[in-house]
Amino acid sequence: MKHVILGAGPGGVIAAETLSKQGHGGAITLVGDEPEPPYSRMAIPYLLSDIIDESGTYLRKNPDHYEKLGIDRLQARASGIDTKKGRVALDNGKELPYDRLLIATGSSATTPPIEGLDGPGVHHCWTLEDTRHILKSIEPGSEVLLMGAGFVACIILNGLVKRGAKVTAIVRGPRMVRSMMTETAGGMIKRWCGEKGIRVLTETNATRVTHDGGLKVDLDNSETMNPALIIVAVGVKPNMDFIDGSGIETDYGILVDNHMQTNIEGIFATGDVAQGLDFSSGGRSVHAIQPTASEHGRIAALNMAGVPATYKGSLLMNVLDTVGLIATSFGQWQGAKGGDHAEAVDEDHYKYLRLEFEEDRLVGACSVGITQHVGAVRGLIQSRTRLGHWKKRLVQDPTRFMEAYLGSTQPVG
Amino acid sequence: MGWHGKILRVDLSKGTCKAEDLNQEWARNYLGQRGLATKYLCEETDPKVDPLSPDNKLIFATGPLTGSMASTGGRYSVITKGPLTNCIACSNSGGYWGAELKFAGWDMVILEGKSKKPVYLFISDDEATLMPADDLWGKSVWETEPTIKARLQDPQIRVTSIGRAGENGVLYAGIINDLHRAAGRSGVGAVMGSKNLKAIAVRGTKGDKPHDPKAFMEATVAGKKVLAENAVTGQGLPTYGTQVLMNVINEIGAMPTRNWREVQFDGAAAISGEAMHEPRKSDGKANLVTNQACFGCTIACGRISKIDEEHFTVKTKPEYWHASGGVEYEAAWALGSDTGIDDLEALTYANYLCNEDGFDPISFGATVAAAMELYEMGAITDKDTGGIELKFGSVEALTTLTELTAKGEGFGKEIGLGSKRLCEKYGHPDLSMTVKGQEFPAYDARGIQGMGLTYATSNRGACHLRSYTVASEVMGIPEKTDPLVTDGKAGLVMAFQDATAVVDSSGLCVFVTFAWSMEDIAPQIQAACEGDWSVENLLLTGERIWNLERKYNLSAGMTAKDDTLPKRLLKEAAKTGPAKGKVNDLGKMLPEYYELRGWTTEGVPTNETLDRLAL
Amino acid sequence: MIRALQIEPVKCTGCLQCEMACSYEKEGVFNPAKSRIKVFNFHEEGRMVPYTCTQCAEAWCLHACPVDAIRLDAETGAKIVVDVLCVGCKVCTIACPFGTINYNASAGVVVKCDLCDGDPECAKACPTEAITYVDADWTGLERMRDWADKTANEQPQA
Repeated sequence: MKHVILGAGPGGVIAAETLSKQGHGGAITLVGDEPEPPYSRMAIPYLLSDIIDESGTYLRKNPDHYEKLGIDRLQARASGIDTKKGRVALDNGKELPYDRLLIATGSSATTPPIEGLDGPGVHHCWTLEDTRHILKSIEPGSEVLLMGAGFVACIILNGLVKRGAKVTAIVRGPRMVRSMMTETAGGMIKRWCGEKGIRVLTETNATRVTHDGGLKVDLDNSETMNPALIIVAVGVKPNMDFIDGSGIETDYGILVDNHMQTNIEGIFATGDVAQGLDFSSGGRSVHAIQPTASEHGRIAALNMAGVPATYKGSLLMNVLDTVGLIATSFGQWQGAKGGDHAEAVDEDHYKYLRLEFEEDRLVGACSVGITQHVGAVRGLIQSRTRLGHWKKRLVQDPTRFMEAYLGSTQPVG
Repeated sequence: MGWHGKILRVDLSKGTCKAEDLNQEWARNYLGQRGLATKYLCEETDPKVDPLSPDNKLIFATGPLTGSMASTGGRYSVITKGPLTNCIACSNSGGYWGAELKFAGWDMVILEGKSKKPVYLFISDDEATLMPADDLWGKSVWETEPTIKARLQDPQIRVTSIGRAGENGVLYAGIINDLHRAAGRSGVGAVMGSKNLKAIAVRGTKGDKPHDPKAFMEATVAGKKVLAENAVTGQGLPTYGTQVLMNVINEIGAMPTRNWREVQFDGAAAISGEAMHEPRKSDGKANLVTNQACFGCTIACGRISKIDEEHFTVKTKPEYWHASGGVEYEAAWALGSDTGIDDLEALTYANYLCNEDGFDPISFGATVAAAMELYEMGAITDKDTGGIELKFGSVEALTTLTELTAKGEGFGKEIGLGSKRLCEKYGHPDLSMTVKGQEFPAYDARGIQGMGLTYATSNRGACHLRSYTVASEVMGIPEKTDPLVTDGKAGLVMAFQDATAVVDSSGLCVFVTFAWSMEDIAPQIQAACEGDWSVENLLLTGERIWNLERKYNLSAGMTAKDDTLPKRLLKEAAKTGPAKGKVNDLGKMLPEYYELRGWTTEGVPTNETLDRLAL
Repeated sequence: MIRALQIEPVKCTGCLQCEMACSYEKEGVFNPAKSRIKVFNFHEEGRMVPYTCTQCAEAWCLHACPVDAIRLDAETGAKIVVDVLCVGCKVCTIACPFGTINYNASAGVVVKCDLCDGDPECAKACPTEAITYVDADWTGLERMRDWADKTANEQPQA
C-alpha cells in the first residue's frame, strides 16, 4: 500500500505520523515544495521577533524524526493528478504512484491586483523564504508599508516594531481583523496599535506602486509613501490549481466528507485546502487554522489506514497577539440567528468579552485582553453544554465563563 | 516576603495615589499590620481627631506573613480612630483580600482626606487608580463586589467594600471582603464611608518571596503539622467552627443572656455548632453546607450555611437562598442568646444581612438586646420603635431591626448608633453592656474572671480578641487556670495581650494560638523577614505595640476611669450555673495589672516603661 | 502504573495552599496568579473546586502545538511544555477545551501542570486530601473521559 501525502505542513506531517503509528506496513511519501524541513507558518512571526531561529519553526525538532517513522520526504511540487491510474504528476517531470492520496497542500498568500505590486521590494510574509527577504530589508527606522490588517498582518506587527520599523498598515475595509473580531474588538486593536506607534489607515487602498530609485506608493487618500519595504498580507487561498481536470470536487476548497475523503475514493484532503464539515453551521467550510489542520490530518490518516473515524466538524477559532494585546474568537462569534449575547467592554483597560448564545448553549465568543482559561470557551461550544442557570450569570458577568464551564460539567453543588 | 518595602498613599481629597517607601525602622520595631499601621497612625494624625472627619486616616495593612504559605497567612487589618469608641480601632479580617494586596506588591494602603464624590480604589499590581463609584453608592456589599469584578472583567479581582451601613454612618459598620469576611468591629466601615470610599479592588500578580526560603518552608510545614494534630485546630474548629463554644460556654455559666441579665441560655443547644450540622425538620437539610478556609489557612473554621427556603424570613426572597457565611459563635450569641432568640435560621438570615450591608453582628445584636431590655421596662415605647414589639425572644423584632439598620431607616437609625448612645438617650446608661462604647462579646466576665480584665483594658473597647484568656480559663491552653478566681489573671491577661499583638501584626490568624506557642511562630517570622525575630524580641514588640495603642488612647482623652465594666458585671451576681453568686472582681485585678504593665496607678505608662520599650 | 491527580471538591476548603505550592515550585515565588492549579469558589453553592490539567489522552494542546513544544512524559503521562521550544503562539490555549493551559505573558510561554515529575506539590500541600496523587484507575477519570468524548472532534467508534 502506497500512501502519498502532498504538502508538508502540520496536516500532512500529522497524517504521515498517524499512518506510521498505525503500522500498516506500506510506504509513506511526504511531498513538500519548500527546501526546509517541514515547518510551521504559525511560528514565523516569532522568527521575525527574534524569539527563535529558523530551526525553531520546524514542526519536529529531531532531524531523524521522519526517517525513524519510515516517512520518505520528497521535495517537489504536484502539477496534476491522474485519478484513474493513481498517479501524481510532479513539477520535476516524475510521476508518483499512490494507493491512497492525501492532499494537504495548504494555501498561499494572495496579491491584490495593484499596478507595480509584483515588482521588487514587495513580499508576503508566508514562507521562510519571504521572512529572510523581510529580515534583510528592515533596519531600525525603516519605513514599512503593511498591506492588510487581518490575522497575519496583526501577528507580524510585533516583529516589525521590535526591529525598529516605522509601520503603516493600510486596510481596504472599515476595521482591523474583520474576519475574526467584532467592530468593538477591532476598534480596540486599532487604538492599541496607535498607542504603540503604528499608523493604521482603514478604508485606504494603494493605487500604484513604482520602483524608480526606491519604492513609491500612491494611496487613494492622496498620500504618497516611500517605504523601504511593502509586506502584503491581505489573505490566502487554497492551493488546488493542480487538481484542475482531475474530477475532484471543489468549491472554495476541496470538498471532503466526514471521513476527510473527497468524492473520489482513496483521495483525501485536509487543512487549509480542504472544505470539510463545519461544526457550527453543519455545512462545509474552509477553516484555515492550525488546530483544524492537525485534527483533519489525524482523521484522514486513520481512514486511509482503514480505521474508520468520523469527523464532528471543525470549530473556527483564532488567537491573535497584536503587539502584546491578545484577542481570541471562537465559532459563531458574529452571533447565531435567533440567538442572544452577553457583552462586557472596558475600553480603558483594553478588555472585551462577547459571548454568543443559542438558547442556553454557547455558540461563539470574541475576546480582547483575556488570556486565562480561554480554552474552556471552546469546550463549552464544542460540547454543546446546556448552561442552565449559568447562562443568567454569564449575561451578568461573561468573564465567569470558566466557572460556568466547571459548574455545568463538574460535580459542583 | 517579609515586607515589600512599599506603601500606597491615597489622598482622597486631591484624588492622588502615590507609592512611597515603607519606613523600615518602624517595620523592625512594630513588625507589620496592627503594630506598624498603629505607628503610622500615631505619627501622622492627632489622636484627638474627629473619627469621621477628613483629618482621620484609614490604613489597610498586611503583615509579613500575609500572602505566604504559613498557615492562616492571609490576614489584614484596618487601623483608624474608631467612631464607636473614640479610641484606636483595629479590625482584622481574613478571606483573600489581604494576600491579594501583598501579591500586588504593597505592604499597606494609607487613605487620607475625603473624596468629593463616591469613589473606589483599583489596585492592579503597581498601578493604583481612583474610579468613580457614584452608581455603587447606595448598593450593598453583595451588589458592589460582583459589579466591580464584572466591570473590570476579572473574576480573580478581590474586593473589600462597605455596604449601606458604612455609608449611613452606622457606628459599628464594618468593611467586608470576599462577600462575608469582615474587618468587623469598632466602626472602621463608618470611617470609610465618611471618606466617600466605597471599595478597594485589588489584583496582584507579582507574588512574594520569603527572606530565607528553605528555612521558611521547613518552619511552615512544621507549623501546619502542629495545627493538624491539635484537637482544637485539627478537629474542633474545622467541624464546628467557633460555634464549638456555644454549649461549652453555656455549661460553665458564662453565656451572657438577655442583655446579660442571665448567664445561661436555655436555647443555646438549638443555635450551637452541633445544631448547624443537624438535618432540619422542615427540609431535612443541615443549616451548614461546608466549612471554608481563609487564604492559606489549614484550620478552615469558616461556616458556610444555607437558610431554609421555607423559613418566613426568606420564603418570598429567593435572593437569600444561596450559600454564604453562616453564624460564628459571637454572631450566634449576640443575635441569639443576648436577645433570647433560639431560631438558627433567623440568626443566619440576620447574619447574612450584617454581611450584605456591612455591620458588626456583635455590636448590633448587643444593641438590640439593650433596646429589648429598655422596651420591656417601658423606657422605650412602641412610639419610639415605630410599632415594633421589642420583646426578648422576638424573632420578628430582630429580623425587622436588622433590615432597618442595614437600610438606615426608622428605629434602625438609633440601633445603628450602638448601645451606649441608645441607653444614654433613654435614661439608663448602666444597661449598656459596653466598655469604652463598644459592646461586649460572648463571654460573661462573672463566669470567666480574666475576661473582665480583658474587656476593661482592651484598647479598642470591649473585645475578646485582645487577650483571649478563655483559652486558658476554659480550654486549658496553654495551661488551665480557674475561671472563677482572679489570682494570676493580671499576668495572664498581659501575656495574652502582648502575644496577640504580635500575631495581629504578623499576618497570621489569632486562632493559631490554640495550637502554636511563640516558639512555633517565631521561626516562621524569622525565616520570612530580615532582622531579629526571636521569641524575646517578638514579645517585646507585642508589649511595645500594646503601650503605643495605650498612649494613643490616653492622648485621645481616655483615662483610667474608662478601664471599667458596667455595674451589672460588678454588682449583680450570676443567678445560675457554676458562677452562681459571683460578680467580676475587676477591682482586685486592675491595680495588679497596672503594676505589671509598668504603668502608674492612673494607668499611664511610666517614663521607665516607655524608655524600656523605646517609645 | 500511571498515576493521576484525583480532585474531590467536597473536601476542598479553599485555602489555596495548592496554588501557593504550585507557584512556588514552578516560579520560585508565592503567587497564585501563576499557579497551574486553580481553586474556583462557587460561593452560591458553597463549594470550592480545584482544577488543573487532567493529562487527557486526547492531548489537544500537544496536537495543536505547531512547533513540537509540548511533549509526553512517558513515565508520568504528563503533557509537558518545553519552554525553550514554545514560541508563545497560544494556539494550545484555545485548543484545550478544559482551559487548563494558559499563556504567561511575563515569560512569553504557555504554562500547564506537569505533575512535578511525578511528585505533585499541590497534592503534598493540600491539608484535607482534596487533591491526591493516586493510581489513574481511581481518579474517576471515567467522568472526565465522558466529558472529553462530548468535546472530541471525532465520534467514538463502536
